Amino acid sequence: MSEIRPTISFTVNGEKHAVEAPPMKRLLDVLREDLHLTGTKEGCGEGECGSCSVRMNGELVNSCLVPALQAEGAWIETVEGLGKVGELHPIQQAFLECGGAQCGICTPGMLMATAQLLSVNPHPTIEEIREGLAGNLCRCTGFKRIFDSVAAAAGQMDSTVSMGGTHAG
Amino acid sequence: MRGNAESHKLIAPGSLAEVLELLSSEPAEWTPIAGGTEIMVAYAAGRLCEKKLVSLWGLDELRFVETLGDSIAIGAGTTFRDLRTHASVESGAPLLAKAATWIGSIANQSRATIGGNLANGSPAADSSPALLVYDAEVELISVRGKRRIPYCEFHTGYKRNAMAADELLYAVHVPLRFAAHKQYVRKVGTRRAMAISKVALAGTALLKEGEVNEIRIAAASLAAFPARLYKTEAALRGGPIDRDTIREAQGALMAEAKPIDDIRSTAAYRSRVAANLLGEFLTELLAAEARP
Repeated sequence: MSEIRPTISFTVNGEKHAVEAPPMKRLLDVLREDLHLTGTKEGCGEGECGSCSVRMNGELVNSCLVPALQAEGAWIETVEGLGKVGELHPIQQAFLECGGAQCGICTPGMLMATAQLLSVNPHPTIEEIREGLAGNLCRCTGFKRIFDSVAAAAGQMDSTVSMGGTHAG
Repeated sequence: MRGNAESHKLIAPGSLAEVLELLSSEPAEWTPIAGGTEIMVAYAAGRLCEKKLVSLWGLDELRFVETLGDSIAIGAGTTFRDLRTHASVESGAPLLAKAATWIGSIANQSRATIGGNLANGSPAADSSPALLVYDAEVELISVRGKRRIPYCEFHTGYKRNAMAADELLYAVHVPLRFAAHKQYVRKVGTRRAMAISKVALAGTALLKEGEVNEIRIAAASLAAFPARLYKTEAALRGGPIDRDTIREAQGALMAEAKPIDDIRSTAAYRSRVAANLLGEFLTELLAAEARP
């Protein structure tokens, strides 16, 4: 059944891509292997840990659970689209300053879940932060510093910072 | 063993009519996949038996919430994110809106659909208890047309349902006539997010002159599929709510429940906690009645 290898077109971090891939290839693998965007991590590979979180059409998704074909035409944002070295996004800066990252495997997912949360709720309560990041597991920090980072980011974000917004795909 | 993308076929016909035509021309050959939160987990683990998948993701014809007269029509492709943020679901079917918030996590809610939740048929399905106590109906569609059946008749056994091989879940219809009822839903799991329920219980009830006029109680993870607890309801219908009747109803529930021991909990725990949840619901019902 490998005869069908369609070209799947989508936009990642504002850049258009066309990838030839089996339709069932996971978006996670397309990002990492075909586009070499290795910021998105694989943890559990079954939608439980959130390490592979990316934004798709303005919604947070686990990229390990998205078959490539379902990303056709989508607007995708990965951690590489948030900021860059020397020009960190306020969320990244807050994680850095508050000690929100330790081993780092969960961090890209935490950052994307935070970006999603703050895009729909710029001033979340601690309960809302806990809920927004409930699908992202960290085995190092104990979460306190991560939640502090999100709260700090929310305090630092201003209207001039683009959160990616929502896109119709 | 990991899933191999080359060994599964996935197509996205692009319209509901084309999907139905495919299901009709090759019945039982194709497995629908919507948000993939169930199928992709099995795929990743290398245990997805289905080799031919047809995508429903992105079909606008299946993704809608509409208030039609005395009920809300919810398209099978509506995500739990849609449900928890839709004002008419919040006001008209608050138990369903609440259940939508405790499904998986935000990332799962963005992708998981109500149709997938029901068609998958897990005994622990999160949206089911609420739909059962609202007397919801499900609408099935095929090239032969549409038909509606009570949701309480949809599940026919463990992971079995009333759909024919060429049928697809089209919509769920939730009646709006429960506004005056006392409503209750609670899930018990290991943690609030990302937990499959150990047990969940929902109820709607209406008292008249101190006696139970209408009552519906439904549970998840108490049997092979989510179901109403008819004998427990019967134990309460027509009588008053007091300490004795609550205790009797709890006894009826524990006799009626058929839970199992599994990785998440034990049968004994499930029955006991379900009885406690029933006690909480009935106590709230009593308190609401006592208020002037």
